Amino acid sequence: MFLKRKDLLTIRDLDVEEIKLILETASSFEEILTRPIKKVPTLRGKTIVNFFLEPSTRTRSSFELAAKMLSAELINISAKTSAVAKGESLKDTAKTFEAMKIDALVIRHSSSGAPHLLAKFANFSVINAGDGTHEHPTQALLDLFTIKKKLGKISGLKIAIVGDILHSRVARSNILAFNKMGVKVTLVAPPTLIPLDIEALDVEVRYNLNEVIKEVDVVYLLRIQLERQAEALFPSIREYSSLFGLNLERIREIKPNTLIMHPGPINRGIEISAEVAELPNAIIADQVESGISVRMALLYLLLGGKTGGGG
Amino acid sequence: MKYLIKKGRLVDPANRIDKILDILIEDGKIKAIDQEIEIEKAIIIDASNKIVTPGLIDMHVHLREPGREDEETIESGSRAAIKGGFTAITSMPNTDPPVDNASIVEMILEKASRVGLARVFPVGAITKGLKGEEISEMADLIQAGVVAFSDDGNSVMNALVMRRAMEYAKMFNVPLILHEEDKNLSRHGQANEGFYSTLLGLKGIPAVAEEVMVARDLLLAKFTGAKIHIAHVSTKGSVALIAQAKNEGVKVTCEVTPHHLILTHDNLMDFDTNLKINPPLRSREDVESLREGLKDGTIDAIASDHAPHARQEKEVEFDLASFGMVGLETSLPLLITELVDKGVISFPCLIEKLSANPAKILGVPGGKLSPGSSVDLVIIDPEEKFEVKVEKFESKSHNSPFNGWKLKGLVKHVFSQGKLAFFEGAFLELKEEQVFREGAKKKVTL
Repeated sequence: MFLKRKDLLTIRDLDVEEIKLILETASSFEEILTRPIKKVPTLRGKTIVNFFLEPSTRTRSSFELAAKMLSAELINISAKTSAVAKGESLKDTAKTFEAMKIDALVIRHSSSGAPHLLAKFANFSVINAGDGTHEHPTQALLDLFTIKKKLGKISGLKIAIVGDILHSRVARSNILAFNKMGVKVTLVAPPTLIPLDIEALDVEVRYNLNEVIKEVDVVYLLRIQLERQAEALFPSIREYSSLFGLNLERIREIKPNTLIMHPGPINRGIEISAEVAELPNAIIADQVESGISVRMALLYLLLGGKTGGGG
Repeated sequence: MKYLIKKGRLVDPANRIDKILDILIEDGKIKAIDQEIEIEKAIIIDASNKIVTPGLIDMHVHLREPGREDEETIESGSRAAIKGGFTAITSMPNTDPPVDNASIVEMILEKASRVGLARVFPVGAITKGLKGEEISEMADLIQAGVVAFSDDGNSVMNALVMRRAMEYAKMFNVPLILHEEDKNLSRHGQANEGFYSTLLGLKGIPAVAEEVMVARDLLLAKFTGAKIHIAHVSTKGSVALIAQAKNEGVKVTCEVTPHHLILTHDNLMDFDTNLKINPPLRSREDVESLREGLKDGTIDAIASDHAPHARQEKEVEFDLASFGMVGLETSLPLLITELVDKGVISFPCLIEKLSANPAKILGVPGGKLSPGSSVDLVIIDPEEKFEVKVEKFESKSHNSPFNGWKLKGLVKHVFSQGKLAFFEGAFLELKEEQVFREGAKKKVTL
């Protein structure tokens, strides 16, 4: 079975069956990571472009490893090395890669909706690896995979997402993905970091983290982007940290098996203290590991069904 | 040259006429309006089952000349206007250079007159360079022929500058056309702030960014006694504020665009940059309120905010795309299809908002059909269906989200400035005598 779509642009496009298929496929790929030779011929002959116009460590290398483990050819292009630096438009970029007969392009872009624009002009598959403050669908998928692996289920869980919801593409994708999978989502942040009308996504908004963390199965922290302080959305990092940072004292009363997650990169001492980040409950590294299997699954499900692939 | 328009439904709200009547045009002027006019040697235009109205007036048009002639020119914009039924349009001052001195006004009027299609009424800048700092030489601009002042696209953020502009403009009895947007509240904004901006991760332009400025300017207009016209009203709150100010006797009028009456922010789900406009598409609740305002008279006029943009300004990331959509060639059929046909407003109400009221607000001729007046007149087939095809636009720009929409209500014939300019859905590039003969071969009879 394959995904019957050309692109993966958003979580909201996916139905529950598609999400389940991706997670099940990721499970079957997971074993490859434990092999001494981590490579299968599944996508031999396929060409994938990693097109990252914003800095990224984990998403970019995760896609790269996933593609290589499936034996696909992979080209890495970053902002400085691309013609975008010379002012080439996204439309012309699409046409250029189309002429090179690539099979898929993974895009990270600072503009919300940029993957949509590219997908509109391209005949190859477009995978959104984070666009502006819109979505980061593969992050949500790998988070679902991690939670399922750790807690054995997803449906019925309670998850708190804490931090800069307003600017977070992870928050948007995760809210949508958690909702689809039957999770009760609570958002915790100062009101200046809560986007308008978010309640319409069937989430609860609360301001008191101390109360919320006692009630949930997962505390999902978002990175505070330090540059946001210039917009004066909160008075100081110090005050933010004192109200919304996770430290040992604050988590004293949480349920023992409550998971602490973070999409990375973390700001130690701001949204999470160094001590908490290293607790066994904090499964930040597991999220990274899941990323590879989930992205292998996704590449396989989008590209494997097409003719011409080895596999 | 005589034309006899037979058996059309004449809708002329300024003269309180909505009746089947014949119209006789002689030497570019209306000679008679009556039942069953009989005359020899006139070109007869059969208008049965059609609607005859005064030439429409679009009081919010960007012609882009001078500066961006690749997007629109006075000529292409005039052609788009005539094709859309508009015999008069304003030209907003945010050109490059902006319309803040007499020589540019003269250039626009000169070109418009050479084109000889729609009447073009230039709007001058409120402030020099549209910078919002010092008021422009208004007397000089008036002398050159502007009919109003506006810093459209920009708000005059400084309340003192606005106060001075309002006071000074009182000398000329022309309106200040105000684009209402608090630039701090709307900073970097891309879409209406609400559920869809949240879902799409687009920086929001809150309704309140418009409303605080509407409120400020209504207060200043009340204080100074100035005449103001609020451009492209888009929110429920603005409608309420304007209704209240009108009750208090503030000299305020306002307009709404067809797209703000028809589309809502949920249309943005595919990041179509043709829907990126300023003010942004709002919520269903706002649309309902705008429609109510139109019905109860709070909203005086409908204007397209025709904003042509080149393809490369729109085929880009949403946050990099220019604001605006073209409208001259779709306004009338959209309004007929979505408002008149669906029973929201009547035909006379629509025509009032598209002709009589804009003429009154701007203090320009037209907006009604009276014997003796130079004829600006449109004949519309309200039932004819067609599909919007941007590649067939007269406008040089194709940034319309309505491409592919199936609409009804097509402009068939247009008289502009006394001349038959558009006949049987086509421009008359021919001299009138040739028209006479060409026409005679078709449906026109002697």
